[in-house]
Amino acid sequence: MGQLIKNVLRRHGLLLAFLVFLAVVAVNAEAFLTPGNILDVLRQVSITGMMALGVTFVVLTGRLDLSVGSLLTLLTVIVVDQHNISGPFPAIVMTLLAGAAIGAFNGLLIGFVGLNALIVTLAMLSFLQGLVLFYSGGSNVNVQNAQDTWFAVFGRGSFLGLPVPVLLFLSGAIVAGLVLAFTTFGRRIYAVGGNETASIFSGINAPWTVFWTYVVSGLTTAIAAVIMGSRVMGAQNTIGQGYELTVLAGVILGGTSLLGGSGSIWRTVIGISMLGFIQNGLLLLGYPYYVQWLVTWAVIIIAVWIDLGAKRGRIFA
Amino acid sequence: MSHATETLPPASLGKALSWLLRNHIWVFLGLTVLVFSFASPYFLTVNNLGNILTQGAFIGILAIGMTMVMIDGEIDLSVGAILALASALAIGLQDVVGVWPAVILGLLSGTALGFVNGTLVALSGMHSFIVTLGALIGIRGLVFVYTGENALMVQDFTYTEIPEIYLGPISLTAMLFFVLALFFQWILSSTRHGRETYAVGDNIEAAHDAGINVKRHKIVNFTICGTLAAVCGILLSMRLGTAEPNAGRIWELWTIIAVVLGGTRLQGGFGSMWMTVGGVLTLAVLRNGLRLLNTPNYVELMVMGVVLVLALVLDKLLNHRKVT
Repeated sequence: MGQLIKNVLRRHGLLLAFLVFLAVVAVNAEAFLTPGNILDVLRQVSITGMMALGVTFVVLTGRLDLSVGSLLTLLTVIVVDQHNISGPFPAIVMTLLAGAAIGAFNGLLIGFVGLNALIVTLAMLSFLQGLVLFYSGGSNVNVQNAQDTWFAVFGRGSFLGLPVPVLLFLSGAIVAGLVLAFTTFGRRIYAVGGNETASIFSGINAPWTVFWTYVVSGLTTAIAAVIMGSRVMGAQNTIGQGYELTVLAGVILGGTSLLGGSGSIWRTVIGISMLGFIQNGLLLLGYPYYVQWLVTWAVIIIAVWIDLGAKRGRIFA
Repeated sequence: MSHATETLPPASLGKALSWLLRNHIWVFLGLTVLVFSFASPYFLTVNNLGNILTQGAFIGILAIGMTMVMIDGEIDLSVGAILALASALAIGLQDVVGVWPAVILGLLSGTALGFVNGTLVALSGMHSFIVTLGALIGIRGLVFVYTGENALMVQDFTYTEIPEIYLGPISLTAMLFFVLALFFQWILSSTRHGRETYAVGDNIEAAHDAGINVKRHKIVNFTICGTLAAVCGILLSMRLGTAEPNAGRIWELWTIIAVVLGGTRLQGGFGSMWMTVGGVLTLAVLRNGLRLLNTPNYVELMVMGVVLVLALVLDKLLNHRKVT
């Protein structure tokens, strides 16, 4: 029994701490655990959550993608602008293609040329910010016929009482989770992240695997951009600024290792939702907006440290 | 390889060539200066060159600390946030404790946060990317809470005249940058701490087995990095006379770009202050030159991305040559 408790704590300590946090906030703010508020939080995290799904693929191979924030900005601008020019359906297709293409370019440089992922995606961050300004000419774009377009369904609609962005996020998470758990692609990702040399010797084409994870990351960011564009019905040039950090924070908080090979989609969903509930809970408790960032800092350090300590069997390195 | 030996250039030329290949950033810097000199009549003037040095010095001071941390094989993403906090404290506390005590408290805040980062990395064994990513978010939150989300204005404008000391066209800020670069190059190449930095970055296990106190060593370097970030923040507050909560946002990225452009490797164990100074100046020259040519803002961002990838490819090619 004691062993069981120890094991549960070791494997799910983070989850338990999160439940305690939920309980504390719920006792102090009665609006917190109402269905309406929970759906609100889920709706807020659906965009970062969607991006985090793809970034989890990348991080599982032991690499990083810092370009998703700028990519979100670019793709939101594209989807809104193209919506005005050629209608919702072509706009969405174009956005998905653009996201996949830019992801593929990252994947090419990182997977095949073998350049450092952090620097390449950092360069891409800068490049895409430039591209956004080039494309939009520095001005904000808005959906012109915001009232009567079916494009609104992605960010504002609801289905069976659930907001569509939440449904998109959750179904995306299920698909991503199934891909990671039950397909050869998923197993290859874990193999490459766990030990790249060993994976190559086992006949896995590691460059291709890495390449496809970046395509996935580009695609999920494109879906996030569709949600974002539909929800805001417009796009500023800075709309996705800093999102790469929130997304990474969520992935890390879930316990996916930056070294690769260890982690999962459900952990990312937990991590990113935790960030959302912390933000929402602190606001409901009446703290100033930016206090949540301080709490995020503490939570990241504590969560990752506990996770690492549990794996290592002792707290200090 | 025997057929190649005949075509090899004489030893002195070969040496010069290999020096150039190892310090390719300086070659690149020379080329950019040359190009911009031809492209814009305003570029190669004493005034403008002085300007470039001052503009580059801010990222440069951050880059010095970042280089120390990167040679260690670590990274510090929190420098931009530490900079903002130091500049906010230096201005915000002036009414309470006076100018110089406020400046010192600002500095100490950077030292303390660098120490916290280093201690967390050393004690927990977490990757510094995670630790400083957390710090980047948290410290920025602290800045917003402290400033109440407003820009703080300095009351007494003599504060903004403190760094207005010039040696010819070179400002005090630029001089400070070069003095710090020299000092830390000396640390790296001529002191025990410097040798240990390379040893830890190259092979941490071997460094530990050789008797180096790896934990204390890392804490020292993160503390240096935090302190220098605060120095940059205070210089910025003096230059602007205000401290806005968003100051230094994504400067950590520019800093990493400058250091990597110089040739210091993220994997650790390799790099120098000379390279970093080269990277910083190249970045400053590119930004300044493109602006003089009246290019729109986005060109600068796109050029920076392309140059960074090219630098990485070049580094890879050169590195490959050495191995084979």
